[in-house]
Amino acid sequence: MKQKRDVQQGTLALMVLKTLDVLGPLHGYGIARRIEQISGDLLSVNQGTLYPVLLRLEQEGAIRSEWGPSENNRRARFYRLTRAGSKLLEAEKHDWEQTAAIIARFFEVKAGDLA
Amino acid sequence: MRALNRLLTRLFNFAIRRRGDARLREEMESHIAAPTEENIRAGMTFEAARRHARLQFGAVDAVREDYHAEEGLPQVENLLLDVRYALRVLRKSPAFTAVALLTLMLGIGANIVVFGVLNAVLLKPLDVSDPQSLYQIRHKQWMIGRLLTTSYPAFEDFRQRNTTFNGMAGIYEYSHAALSWRNAVRQVHGDAVTGNYFDLLGVEPELGRFFHAADEHGPDSAPYVVLSDALWRNMFDADRSVVGVTVELDKHPFTVVGVAPARFHGTERFVCPDYWMPIAMEGADFPQNRSSIDVMVIGQLKPGVTPQQATENLNAISTELAKEYPETDDGQALRLIHPGLFGDDGDVIRGFLWSVTALALLVLAAACANLATLFAARAADRNRELALRVALGSSRWRLVRQLLTEAVLVSLIGGAAGLVGADLLLGALNRSQPFVGALTVSVDARVYLAGLALTLGSALLFGMAPAWQTWQSSPLQMMKNGPADRIDLRRFALRDLLLGAQIAICTLLVTASLVAVRGMVRALDAPLGFQPQGAMLADLDLRQEGLAGHAAAEKTKAVIEAMRSIPGVTAAGTVSRTPFTGGMHGVPIFRPGTTEFKLNNSALAPYVFTVSPGYLEAAGTRLLGGRDVSWHDATETPYVAIVNETFARKMWGETPAIGQHFIVSGNLTEVVGVAQEGKYHDIEESPQPVVYVPLSQNEDSGTIFVVRSQRAPGEMAAALERALSGIAPNVPITVESWPDSLRDELFPARAATVALGVMGLLAAMLAVTGIFGMAAYSVSRRMKELGIRVALGARRTQVMSAAVGRPIVLLGVGSAVGLLSGIFATRLLGQIVYRANPRDPVVVGGTVLTMALLGIAASAIPAWRALAVDPSKLLREE
Repeated sequence: MKQKRDVQQGTLALMVLKTLDVLGPLHGYGIARRIEQISGDLLSVNQGTLYPVLLRLEQEGAIRSEWGPSENNRRARFYRLTRAGSKLLEAEKHDWEQTAAIIARFFEVKAGDLA
Repeated sequence: MRALNRLLTRLFNFAIRRRGDARLREEMESHIAAPTEENIRAGMTFEAARRHARLQFGAVDAVREDYHAEEGLPQVENLLLDVRYALRVLRKSPAFTAVALLTLMLGIGANIVVFGVLNAVLLKPLDVSDPQSLYQIRHKQWMIGRLLTTSYPAFEDFRQRNTTFNGMAGIYEYSHAALSWRNAVRQVHGDAVTGNYFDLLGVEPELGRFFHAADEHGPDSAPYVVLSDALWRNMFDADRSVVGVTVELDKHPFTVVGVAPARFHGTERFVCPDYWMPIAMEGADFPQNRSSIDVMVIGQLKPGVTPQQATENLNAISTELAKEYPETDDGQALRLIHPGLFGDDGDVIRGFLWSVTALALLVLAAACANLATLFAARAADRNRELALRVALGSSRWRLVRQLLTEAVLVSLIGGAAGLVGADLLLGALNRSQPFVGALTVSVDARVYLAGLALTLGSALLFGMAPAWQTWQSSPLQMMKNGPADRIDLRRFALRDLLLGAQIAICTLLVTASLVAVRGMVRALDAPLGFQPQGAMLADLDLRQEGLAGHAAAEKTKAVIEAMRSIPGVTAAGTVSRTPFTGGMHGVPIFRPGTTEFKLNNSALAPYVFTVSPGYLEAAGTRLLGGRDVSWHDATETPYVAIVNETFARKMWGETPAIGQHFIVSGNLTEVVGVAQEGKYHDIEESPQPVVYVPLSQNEDSGTIFVVRSQRAPGEMAAALERALSGIAPNVPITVESWPDSLRDELFPARAATVALGVMGLLAAMLAVTGIFGMAAYSVSRRMKELGIRVALGARRTQVMSAAVGRPIVLLGVGSAVGLLSGIFATRLLGQIVYRANPRDPVVVGGTVLTMALLGIAASAIPAWRALAVDPSKLLREE
C-alpha cells in the first residue's frame, strides 16, 4: 500500500482556497473529493482534518459558509470564497510559486554552473 | 489583521461558550453519508459502505478535538478548569485554606505597608520639574551648627560666580509669623525664598501666580505671599477670590499672589510650609549679614555637568570667599546631596527604611517556607489522587500546573486581602499622622505592582516545593504504597529544611524586635538634662504687640509674673528655643583677649540659649553652682552667662568656671553659674557645650514660655489666657505639654520598635504555626506506629521524643542559626536602632526564652495527643 502523506495544514488551506476559487461553492465532502482527485490520489486526505481547517479559514474571513441542499437532497454546509479569501489565495499562490521556483532552480543546478 | 479577526472570534466564542458541536456533527454526518451512498451504489453492503466511508473520514474524536481547539481558546479553558478544580479542593479543606490565606495576608500586607512608606519617602521623586538635577549644597563635614549652608551674601556670591548651575535658589526655612486675615489670627511657619525659587523648581501655581526674580528690588520690596494649599483650605476656606487680598504677617501687609498646588510642599518631604514669601522680606539686615548662616541653598545643575565638576567649582569659590572675607567665611569644602530628607538625616532614614524592608521580606520568606511545608504535606497526602491522574493519562506537567494553579490562587486571594488590609492600615496611619511632619503615604500604581510581584513571587516560592515533589515521584510507587508509608521519617527531608530556615528567620526577627525594644527603653531613659514631665510649653507671640528691646523684656517679665501667680504653677520662664526643636546651631565664642573674631579663632561653638530668670527651674535643669540669671542683669551691668558642665570642662578643665570670662556675640561675659549636662539637638548627640545668656541682656525674637504645673494643658491654656488678658490682650496662645511636643524626637525609636515589634510578632506566629503544623502532622501520620510502641511498652519519654523530637531539634538548630545571623546582622540592625547590640545578654536571653516558649506552646498539643494514644482503640480501627 502506498504511503499516505499527512498534509500540512497550511498546504491544505491553500488547496481548499484554490478548489473553492475554481469550482465555486462546495460542501466539505465535495472539497475533500476534489482535492483527492486533483492530487491524483498521491495526496489522500485524512478527510476529517479538513473541518478544523475550514473553521479556521472561516474565522479568518477567507471563506463563508451557509446551509444548503446537497445533490442527494441532504442538508449540507456550503463553503464559498470571500473577496478577502481571493486576495489571500493570490498572495499565497505568489509566495508558493516563488518558493517552488527557487527550489526548482536548486534542483537544476549542475556542478559546472557553480564553478 | 487576519490573526486579530480570528482571535476576536475565538474570544467571542469562548466568552459566550459557543460550541459548534451540532454543526460539526451534522457536517460529519453528511460527509459520511455521501460516500456511503456511492459505495452502496458500487455494490457494497450498507455496513461495509459505511465502514469504508468512516475509514476515509478518519478519527472522529481527534477531528472534534482539533475543531474545538480551533474554535475557542483551549489554554484558557484548561486554566479555568484548573482554577475551578483548585477552588473545589481548597473549599474541601477550609482550615488549611484559612491558615494559608491568613499567613499570606499578613506576610504580603506587612510588605506592602513597608513598601508604601519606602515608596513615599525614598522612591517617589520630588514633585518638581527635574528632580534628578536638583541638588542641595551642604558642608563636607557634618558639623553641628552648620546644618544650613551659607549666609545670604555668600549665597549671592556662589550664585553669581558658579559656572556649573543653571540656577540657584536660597531658602530660609525658619520664617514664621502671626498671620491675620479678617478677624482670624494664626501662627504660621513658612519658607522665605529667593524670587527665582518657583521658576527653578518648575512648579505651576494652582491659583493666581507665583512671585519671580523680577519682583525683587532690594529689602522689603516685594510684600507678596504664596499660600500653601492646606493653609488656603483651612484658613481661607478654599476661597478662589483670595488672590489679590491683603493679609497681615506680624502686622505687616502682604498681598496674596497665589496658591501652590496641593502636591507641592517645598523640597523637604517631611515638612509642609504654610506659605512662601520673598526672602527680601526677611529684614534689611538679612541680605548683608555674612555671619549668620541661615540660608539653605538648592541648585539645578546645567545639563551635562556632573555633580563632581559642580562640587569642584563650588569649592574653588568657597576658597576665594575665605580669602576675601577671612572674618566670616571659613572656606569649608562643600558637597552636593539630593534634597528632601533633612539633609544628612537622609542617610539614616534611607538605612532605616531599607533595613526594615529587608526584614519585612524575611517575614515573607518565612511565611513562604511555612506555606511550602503545608503545601508539600498536602501534596503528599494527595499522592493517591495524583497517581491516579497520571495513570489515567494526565501528563506530569499538567499535574504540576494544577498544583501551581492552587498555589497562585491562594496567594492571589491572600495578596488581595493583604493589599486591602495594607490600604486600610496606611489610611489609618495617614489620618492619625504618626509620621514626622506631613508625610502622606499613598497607595499608588507602584505599590500595587510591588504587591502583585510579591504575591506571584511568593506563589512560585511555596508552590515549587509540592510541584517538585510531584515531578520527582513515580506513579507506580505512589499507587503501590499507602501515603502513610511513603514518608521516610528517618531521612532529612525538604520539609525539615524549610522549617529550620523558617525558625532561623523567626529567631533573627525576634532578636531584632528585642534589640529595638531595648533601644527604645534606652532612649526613654536617657538623661535629658531637663524634666519634660509636668512642664508645659506656651507659645505666645509678643512681637505682635510691636515691642522691641527693653520694652519687650519688660513685657515678658510681666507675663512671667502673671503666670507664676496662677494657682498650681511652681515655676515659669522663657527660652529662645527648647531643646530638640531643630535648627540649632553653634555660635562661635572666643577667649578673652581675642582681637580677630574669625571662625578659626573661636574657642568653642556652643549652643546659645537666651533665657529668662526662672527658666532653669521651670525646665527642671539643675544649677550645680553659682546663681541663676536675674532681671537685674541689664545691658548697663556686666554681661553674665550660665554655662553647662561640658562648656566649663572644655574651656577651663578642672579650674572652677564661675568667675571666668569669655566673649560671646562680641560681649565679654562672666560665668555666674554652672548648669547640669543634657541633650539639646538630639538624643544621640555627644555632650555639647551650652551657654545660657539672660534675656535682659540679649535681644532675641523667639521666646517659648515654659511653665511648670500639674494642671492639664487645656485647663492651663484657659488659665493663661485669663491671666494675660490684662497684660497682653488678643495674643493667640497655644499650650502643649512638653512630653507631647517631644513625641517627634522619639519618633525614630518608636517607629523602629513598632515596626520590628510587629514583624517579630508575625514571625513568632509563623514559627508557632510552622512547628505546630509539623508536629501535628507527624503525630497524626504516625498514630498507628505510636500505638504499637505504646502497646509494646514504650515509655512516655520515648513516645514524646518520637512524636515531637524532630520539630524540637529543628527549633534548637534553627534558633542557634538565627541568633548567630542576628550577631552577624549587627550592621543591618544598627541602621534601625541606634547602637544596636544583638550580643546584649538580655537580648540573647530574651530570644532564647521566647523561642523556647514558642516551641513549647506549638508542640504541646501534638505531644499531648501522642501521649494520649490508646493502643487498643487504635489497633482495632484498622
